[in-house]
Amino acid sequence: MYSQTVMDHFRNPHNVGKMENPSGVGKVGNPQCGDEMVIYIKVENNVIVDVTFETFGCVAAIASSSMTTDMIKGKTIEEALGLSNKDVADKLGGLPPVKMHCSVLAEEGIKAAIEDYRKREEEKNNEQKI
Amino acid sequence: MEKTIYLDNNATTRVDDTVAGEMLKYFTEEYGNPSSLYSIGAKARTVVEDARKRVAVLLNCEPRDVFFTGSGTESDNLAIKGVARRYKNKGTHIITTAIEHHAVLKSVEQLSKEGFTYDIARVGEDGIVDIEHLKSLIKPDTILISVMYANNETGAIQPIEEIGKIAKERGIYFHTDAVQGAGKLSLNVKELNVDLLSLSGHKFHAPKGVGILYKRTGINPTPLLSGGHQELAVRPSTENVPYIAGIASALEIAYRDIEVHREKQSALKKRLKAGLLKNIDKVVVNTPEKSVFNTLNVSFVGIEGESILFTLDSFGIAVSTGSACTSGSLEPSHVIMAMGRDHTTCHGSVRFSLSKYTTEEEIDYTIERVRETVEKIRKISPYK
Repeated sequence: MYSQTVMDHFRNPHNVGKMENPSGVGKVGNPQCGDEMVIYIKVENNVIVDVTFETFGCVAAIASSSMTTDMIKGKTIEEALGLSNKDVADKLGGLPPVKMHCSVLAEEGIKAAIEDYRKREEEKNNEQKI
Repeated sequence: MEKTIYLDNNATTRVDDTVAGEMLKYFTEEYGNPSSLYSIGAKARTVVEDARKRVAVLLNCEPRDVFFTGSGTESDNLAIKGVARRYKNKGTHIITTAIEHHAVLKSVEQLSKEGFTYDIARVGEDGIVDIEHLKSLIKPDTILISVMYANNETGAIQPIEEIGKIAKERGIYFHTDAVQGAGKLSLNVKELNVDLLSLSGHKFHAPKGVGILYKRTGINPTPLLSGGHQELAVRPSTENVPYIAGIASALEIAYRDIEVHREKQSALKKRLKAGLLKNIDKVVVNTPEKSVFNTLNVSFVGIEGESILFTLDSFGIAVSTGSACTSGSLEPSHVIMAMGRDHTTCHGSVRFSLSKYTTEEEIDYTIERVRETVEKIRKISPYK
């Protein structure tokens, strides 16, 4: 059912855990639907220097979280925003059709974390102005 | 461990060695068609009719009321659609429950497109049907009630005798899907007050692809198939001689040693339950006390069933889950949901179902591996 890459990422997921003092946090999905993802990013000079995740979900959700976080680590904000769920699924060696929504969730998680980061930055700038 | 620890016996079972051995000669030696008149055909007829008699003894019924089918699903379809279509002039309302197998629920849904109506009786938190609610659903035109004997996911035993009595008093036909009861509970159809009863061979160490339908004398279900005169024309198709011999022997073996199985598997189930509850936090037990002796369903709060299933698989342990993620839809188990559990509890449900081949060593190994698995997956989850 799953590719070897999916199973490898599921068995030994990378970048797991909660982050202390993140620059941005994205929470997407809903445990009612069977998956929820929290993505934490640390940004320095517009570059995502660290990223971690916590996921409640199936094999595909955990593997997608692991792969997506790998793919955006060290990337600029703009590069990370350019990442699509298809890129994640392809890099995982494909996902079963019913599991494609897991890769969508990972993409949304990254976007939500970046949005949160930008909001925080904006607030910081506003405070400085005052 | 290289050997698979197979704890998914409500999904299917290993074929009993004696059964497999006995079936073989009907493939290569006594391969006649029971409808043929010459000796090798007559011999096959004897095998089929002998099997029917052996099943009838265990069910406490007449051999002519036992039909061999292709599966439990077919038996359910034939019972429900066959009775509804035959007796629709008596009434067109059907009652079933929220925890039935899809073979029953989809059959009833199909009938609703043919002018029948239906109601679904609810179950309590223990997964046992609410009899008072079921009673309140009975209408003057109710012709059929279908309630499963034991639930496949939780193992909860349903009050069949009592519902059968209620149906009998009102002249309503009563069917039970007894697929998960075979080899675990009495199949005495007279004591159970059932008019129709479905069984599936592969749940009690016969092969896949053979089922049984019992129907009370005088009931004449409309066939699903058009064809020959086999099985009194209720189930036309050339009789599957090796499988019919196999299902009869498997049923006999299951009941011959039932006390031994009950004692051994009850103890193993108790050991498993105690071990999981002792070693793992936040475990919700979904199986009630009143349940078949081989089934234990629990939810591990905060994590999802499919990820548990695949991790246990890497340790050689086979179990199943009620999570949406394995169903192809996004809806979790309708059975666990019907018991009023929330979505996350449903997604984290895991079913362990034992068999006569399960050992104490396997149970102990499983407890330890489940503990490791839950700990590992909870580390990844935002819900600890």
